[in-house]
Amino acid sequence: MGNVLVITEHMKGEFQDISFEMLGQARKLSTGGSCSALVYGSMKDRSSELGAADRVLCVGGSDDFNPETYASAALQIIQSEFPDLVLVGSTSMGIDLAPVLGVSLDLPIISYCSCIEISGDNFEFTSQLYSGKMDVKSTAPKAVAMVLAGSFSAEDGKSGGSASVENVTADFGVGRVQFKELIEPEAAEVDITQSDILVAVGRGIGGKDDIEVAQELAKNLNADLACSRPVVDAGWLPKSCQVGKSGLKVNPKVYIALGISGAPEHLEGMKDVSTIIAINTDKNAPIFDVAHYGMTGDLFDICEELEDSLS
Amino acid sequence: MQMELDKVHMKVAVLLKQVPDLAEELEVDESGKALDTEYIKFRLNEYDEHALEEAVCLKEAGQATEIVAFALDGEEVDKALFSAMAKGADKAVKLTGPEVEGSRQAAALFAETLGMDYDLIMTGVQSVDDRDGMMGPMLSSMLKVPCVSVVTRVEGKESSVTVHKEYFGGLMAAFDVQLPAVLGIQAARQTPRYAPVSKVRQIQQSAIIEEKSASGVSGSATSKVTTMAPPTKTGGAKILGSVDELMELLKKKGVA
Ligand SMILES: Cc1cc2nc3c(=O)[nH]c(=O)nc-3n(C[C@H](O)[C@H](O)[C@H](O)COP(=O)(O)OP(=O)(O)OC[C@H]3O[C@@H](n4cnc5c(N)ncnc54)[C@H](O)[C@@H]3O)c2cc1C
Ligand SMILES: Nc1ncnc2c1ncn2[C@@H]1O[C@H](COP(=O)(O)O)[C@@H](O)[C@H]1O
Repeated sequence: MGNVLVITEHMKGEFQDISFEMLGQARKLSTGGSCSALVYGSMKDRSSELGAADRVLCVGGSDDFNPETYASAALQIIQSEFPDLVLVGSTSMGIDLAPVLGVSLDLPIISYCSCIEISGDNFEFTSQLYSGKMDVKSTAPKAVAMVLAGSFSAEDGKSGGSASVENVTADFGVGRVQFKELIEPEAAEVDITQSDILVAVGRGIGGKDDIEVAQELAKNLNADLACSRPVVDAGWLPKSCQVGKSGLKVNPKVYIALGISGAPEHLEGMKDVSTIIAINTDKNAPIFDVAHYGMTGDLFDICEELEDSLS
Repeated sequence: MQMELDKVHMKVAVLLKQVPDLAEELEVDESGKALDTEYIKFRLNEYDEHALEEAVCLKEAGQATEIVAFALDGEEVDKALFSAMAKGADKAVKLTGPEVEGSRQAAALFAETLGMDYDLIMTGVQSVDDRDGMMGPMLSSMLKVPCVSVVTRVEGKESSVTVHKEYFGGLMAAFDVQLPAVLGIQAARQTPRYAPVSKVRQIQQSAIIEEKSASGVSGSATSKVTTMAPPTKTGGAKILGSVDELMELLKKKGVA
């Protein structure tokens, strides 16, 4: 064991942080072996940023992600390199790649990895299941692991020497999936990535009409309103308010989470905020592990009392 | 008559999975490796609600002709299947037979059962307990058909679909995907509809769930679970006892 391959991810000419996070960890896990990074398209020109790797394997192809072509190319590289461990982001792109690689190569797939260690002849993985309510440990000598963003230090993957940059040829599939275009988000009324204070609501708010309660609180605290994904999917608030993996990464001074459970996908967008205050009826909600201050109780009761003290 | 040109005759399979309701208190069973499911409530994976909704929207738009809802036998599965019919699925099929462990085995079972009978197989994007991978792309790989996951919009064409795949911050990409294909649905174009209890009950009396026995699941590469436990607390929040304390904190932080 000891050969680790990282499938890098990029968007608009920049490596995503997850690439560096995986690379830093791959570096640590590849003692006695080699640490390689697979890059697509013109990202080859940015290979110097991947100095934490021993080798950067450049497959060429389009810069635009395509589930079929990217998986097909990765598959070939893995078949010729025989890595013990393949790291893929637990991201929108990774969801399209890792399961396909695992099945095609008959390797175990490990979802939602927040920790990977070496244990004897095996890798030991920690998966965050049930929206972060359970940690499951598993072992395998070889695997394709899907790494949750924010689990490892990106800094570790940014430091290091210089990797050897190699061109490798790969087959890009038969063209059953065609990339057409990127669709930019609609302009937002408020840019929550710039907010000083955020009042964020989750499914615990219960319904569209009750959003008012949070709106009122936000107004009184001079805060902007943010939310978790289900609130957007239910049509209670616009997409531009969504914090998390498929939403925005925010960094206000204070983040007040009302009725948000703290799923890994939500935490990805806010866990580095310096002051997080969580209000939730469930004392076991994972949000309390990342929050600095918490109150267990009904958000409506607490908001009402708070309004009274504020006025 | 003009609209006729846009009509597409897709046959769609929607795969439904029951997952533990996370509002419940979760406990580990005696083995120390799995969830104790004895007292747990199960509910339909929320992304499956979206997959079904998007399928029904396709049918309403004249782009799908038949929707068949599939589920593996298990906790409260009949309820989910009847409710799917109440929302617009034409048929419901329950697969009975072998004990299935994890999404990978389930994928193998569905690959065998569904084969190439459907133009489009719609699954949820993921679920809270798919420790061994997401089924949509695994299934596509077994069937050797294309897959796009994290999809929020599907448009049917003659022999392909155009889909929107979500990245982050509201950024998306559009893809054309040749049929037959598998899609992992993140969100439907609209909020999933609700089936009134009366309608579900009516369906329960008039419709039947087709049962199909599936043959054994094949072994595939797996990792070995060693433990399951609630995460060890890393510091954690300072719990405030009253709104007065919260008020004081907000003042200290310069918020109130
Ligand atoms: C590919 C992918 C991307 C995703 N991206 C994102 C993302 O960007 N952002 C995101 O947020 N999620 C995202 N998710 C969804 C994520 O997995 C969770 O489902 C979601 O974060 C849960 O939102 P929630 O905490 O509001 O709801 P829930 O998990 O349902 O939690 C609601 C909470 O409210 C509490 N509550 C209920 N009533 C009250 C009350 N009266 N007072 C106080 N508390 C109450 C409950 O105890 C519970 O903890 C994504 C999922 C996938 C698959
Ligand atoms: N056991 C199962 N029975 C039916 N559908 C399933 C099953 N496992 C996974 N699926 C489908 O695959 C999707 C992704 O689930 P998962 O593989 O658990 O991430 C689900 O939303 C379902 O549509």
